[in-house]
Amino acid sequence: MSDLVNKIAGANEEAVRRMLAADPVLIDVIPANEAIPELKPGMILHAGPPVDWERMCGPMRGAIAGIAVFEGWADDLADAEAKAAAGAFDFHPNHHFSAVGPMTGMTTISQPVMVVENRTFGNRAYCTINEGLGKVMRFGGNDAEVLDRLRWLRDGLGPAIGAALREMGGVPLKAVVARGLTMGDEMHQRNVGCSGLMLRAISPALARTAADTQELARALAFIGGNDQFFLNIAMALGKAMMDPVRDIEGSTVVTAMSRNGTDFGIRVSGTGDQWFTAPVEMPEGLYFPGYTDADANPDMGDSTIVETIGLGGFAMAAAPAVAGFVGAGSASEAANFTHAMAEIALGENPEWTIPALDYQGVPTGIDVRLVVETGVAPTINTGIAHREPGVGQVGAGVVKAPLGCFEQALVALAERMGVA
Amino acid sequence: MMPPMMSMADDAIDNLFSAPPKLVNVGLESFAEELTAQGVEVVQVDWSPPARGDARLADLLSKLSW
Repeated sequence: MSDLVNKIAGANEEAVRRMLAADPVLIDVIPANEAIPELKPGMILHAGPPVDWERMCGPMRGAIAGIAVFEGWADDLADAEAKAAAGAFDFHPNHHFSAVGPMTGMTTISQPVMVVENRTFGNRAYCTINEGLGKVMRFGGNDAEVLDRLRWLRDGLGPAIGAALREMGGVPLKAVVARGLTMGDEMHQRNVGCSGLMLRAISPALARTAADTQELARALAFIGGNDQFFLNIAMALGKAMMDPVRDIEGSTVVTAMSRNGTDFGIRVSGTGDQWFTAPVEMPEGLYFPGYTDADANPDMGDSTIVETIGLGGFAMAAAPAVAGFVGAGSASEAANFTHAMAEIALGENPEWTIPALDYQGVPTGIDVRLVVETGVAPTINTGIAHREPGVGQVGAGVVKAPLGCFEQALVALAERMGVA
Repeated sequence: MMPPMMSMADDAIDNLFSAPPKLVNVGLESFAEELTAQGVEVVQVDWSPPARGDARLADLLSKLSW
């Protein structure tokens, strides 16, 4: 091997070491502007790589309008859209502020964010609380029902979970994910097991810290009734795990994959915080009654951070029920997805294993070189939003990361290493 | 007079022409699908040229990987 290839091997070994050494713990829920002091009125963080209003898709625009009304920056949705078009709001990716958000990924000053601390490296990552299924802001919903729920998350549930987490000293998340993989979760489109485990973990502290039994009952019912409650926690976990992997000179490991409904973007350790983007693909999946692929918006959300750490589509073999839900074939075919993702990963995670694969670890450390060489694109399990603002989720499916992102990253890495 | 014994190589050649074909298709899946449609058993091997056949990317891969 050449000196350069040896250097890359050493850098990638360090990248995977940092991933496996992560110790993410859910420690608090606090207002977003306390977690991210740079957040100001009029500033809106969104999913995916940078995108301006003119290029935003329908549900992203719908969410922008809704969150502007929620924050009191606009009188109504029409006023919010007019102000957005006039440049009244500052748009930035969540990823630029140690945050992630599902689908449209709205993060603004007063929203409560869950705080995950990576105790090995001391960094923190943030994600809003999952709103549940149906008409929700992450899928572009923005009517009174959606905004009322966000107000309760801000004023009721968020502070309640925060108080419980502080009282109990947090919840270590690695073990929760490990158990979830044995309970049929892949942590992207199926979080039934982990959501139940979280409810079990925090319920006593929620009860001890609750000021009002009616509010306590509402909180327990909301968490217990939301199969995807853990998704946003898994996302913050993923961000907290991958941020220490950034900026390792010579590493070809992918540190983030993310989409804004218009572009798919990746970041790679050896090229720092540079985005490599390509047009997003359209998910292939199953639709709720009354909807078809003609209603679907292209791929969207920061939730691909879970695939970046070896979960989601990479752990499909752990969750055969998901294969049917997202239209990816039979339960027995689920293992094929994980085997394919192992071809583009540098190793396995020995702490996150899949019973159906004789306890093989989830594929860990996506290598840009392997993606380009094999042409095997990362597989992502995803929800599907309606393409029009204000409608919400219409299905779930599987989508491929566009290879163009990885090809651009390879060229940039080669240029940086002086061999292009 | 005894006939000469057939060697294993002769057996193999004989089987090649008398037994059903055993086919492995590497690459383009449509070739395998055509055979399957005609009732021929075939094993499909997924394969494509490195970097989807892009010579520049393949060259960069060779410098960064081997």
